[in-house]
Amino acid sequence: MATDKNNLIVYCEYEDGKVADVSLELLTKGRQLADKLGIKLEAVVAGSDLKDVEKQILPYGVDTVYKFDDKRLSPYTSLPHSSILINLFKEKQPRIAFMGATSIGRDLGPRVSSALHSGLTADCTQLEIGDHKDARTGEEYKDLLLQIRPAFGGNIVATIVNPECRPQMATVREGVMKKEVRDSNYSGEVINLKTEDYTKPEDFVVEVIDRNVEKSKVNLKGAPIVVCGGYGMGSKENFDMLYELADVLGGEVGASRAAVDAGWADHDRQIGQTGVTVRPKLYIACGISGQIQHIAGMQESSIIISVNNDPNAPINDIADYVITGNVEDVVPKLIKYYKKNTK
Amino acid sequence: MSYNIIVLAKQVPDTRNVGKDAMKADGTINRAALPAIFNPEDLNALEQALKLKEMYPGTKVTILTMGPARAAEIVREGLYRGADGGIVLSDRAFAGSDTLATSYALSAAVRKIGNFDLVIGGRQAIDGDTAQVGPQIAEKLGIPQVTYAEDIIEVKDGKALIKRRIESGVETVKAPLPLVVTVNGSADACRPRNARNVQKYKYAAVPSEAAADEKVKALIEKRPYLEIGEWNAQTVDADLAQCGLPGSPTKVKQIENVVFTAKDARRVENTDAELEKLIQELIANHTIG
Repeated sequence: MATDKNNLIVYCEYEDGKVADVSLELLTKGRQLADKLGIKLEAVVAGSDLKDVEKQILPYGVDTVYKFDDKRLSPYTSLPHSSILINLFKEKQPRIAFMGATSIGRDLGPRVSSALHSGLTADCTQLEIGDHKDARTGEEYKDLLLQIRPAFGGNIVATIVNPECRPQMATVREGVMKKEVRDSNYSGEVINLKTEDYTKPEDFVVEVIDRNVEKSKVNLKGAPIVVCGGYGMGSKENFDMLYELADVLGGEVGASRAAVDAGWADHDRQIGQTGVTVRPKLYIACGISGQIQHIAGMQESSIIISVNNDPNAPINDIADYVITGNVEDVVPKLIKYYKKNTK
Repeated sequence: MSYNIIVLAKQVPDTRNVGKDAMKADGTINRAALPAIFNPEDLNALEQALKLKEMYPGTKVTILTMGPARAAEIVREGLYRGADGGIVLSDRAFAGSDTLATSYALSAAVRKIGNFDLVIGGRQAIDGDTAQVGPQIAEKLGIPQVTYAEDIIEVKDGKALIKRRIESGVETVKAPLPLVVTVNGSADACRPRNARNVQKYKYAAVPSEAAADEKVKALIEKRPYLEIGEWNAQTVDADLAQCGLPGSPTKVKQIENVVFTAKDARRVENTDAELEKLIQELIANHTIG
């Protein structure tokens, strides 16, 4: 029987009248897990001019929305949002709490976990419910949140659990989970809470002086074709060839972490666990070896072509087509034959 | 006005260049095969501290690192680049710490150093990528935090003016001291080693290193500034129940070497004819074009 306590709660980011996609994705995953556990799905949203924000949230199968509508809560600053969650969580004792692995969620989550001494796992790529037996004490735990994430630079995948402490907290990047409305008429309760009951005046000491919001010019998530370059591109000049290939194919250029670290591409082009997750129709991996942290961000692409001079590159294992050769040799040919055959 | 700055730095395995010998046959990591480096974003953090030291003469920069005695390498690296001193926090009791237990130990050490204005660290370390330790320390110290910082523009009237780089753009915030700041990789790169500092601090060492080397021991006795602090759980009055494995709410249930379901990949020869055939096929099935 679901009660007001021990539920699954999602912190929803809200700006300019819109709930962030990552929050809606987490609500979708949260609904599935709450069903499995037989508990309620709850959402908390803190900001200003929230109006009827619940209309955006409830359709995801949310049973309760906690609203904090206060001018001082927007734009986001760490302390008041942390205090709200810390005090709300003390009161509602959620079993599980999710937030986006964004610059907000990754600022807020650790602060909340530190105050509540609850475990937090960052950048999860899968979330499941399962049992756990402590190898040392032999103690068994039922229905824990299994938090799965690549670790160690993406060379291994770890399953993390929080056996004793609550809430079990996790952050997930945008695009990793799928967003799906449960029922556009789903009925849930809306509870308006007072910011001053959950925060202290001294929480408002950090001032946002200036905000310069720039829309990212790169739209990797929506691109039907992604041409992605890795460290094997060898140089910035070689990497720049990929823009031409992406351009003729009508796609977007992505980069592996190694290529971003090498300075060949900006951070907003990074694909992988610590970057963007993409699911394009066609993914062309050029000079990418295929670390798990990268594969986590592209493995659901419909068709994967790998161009690599190492015939044993790990990415070849998940590719549909493998071209063994030098990228600087293959990429111009792909451009040439595409142009020739589409005239 | 001068400030006391603590720079949090971590020695990490270089996970960016994991070679084939880095994974053992059983799927675990062969740490010995990976070079240990100064966590990249912690170098960006150090640069911010050194910049403030130039702006505000008299400012003191102390490196704090947690790890085995070997992590003294990180402190020396910081000294070579312009830091004034350092401490290695090292204890078996810290083994197996998750981010929360790590932040507990580090916050205890920060308190022990005391009288600080700024604690600056990298946003995240490349071996875990969690970005959690900075904010967790701030909370344990009960002070504000500014994460994703790209530039600490100035410190004036007890407040720091900081530019942040976040997904949606750039934000400038003003936050009161004392303050925890975590710095992005997009911030200025750290200045290189200074030849004079390298000469000066070449023999800087923690006591456990010095004990094994008579020459270093003698030098440190003559020049006390060469001694790098070596603290343990007791030195920082840490509650052992909050350290290491017992202090870590998260447990690793399982570590896997990932095996992807291999697809039946078609090998395409790197010849003009084969590549053209591939393009034609992709056009024919409407993948492209």
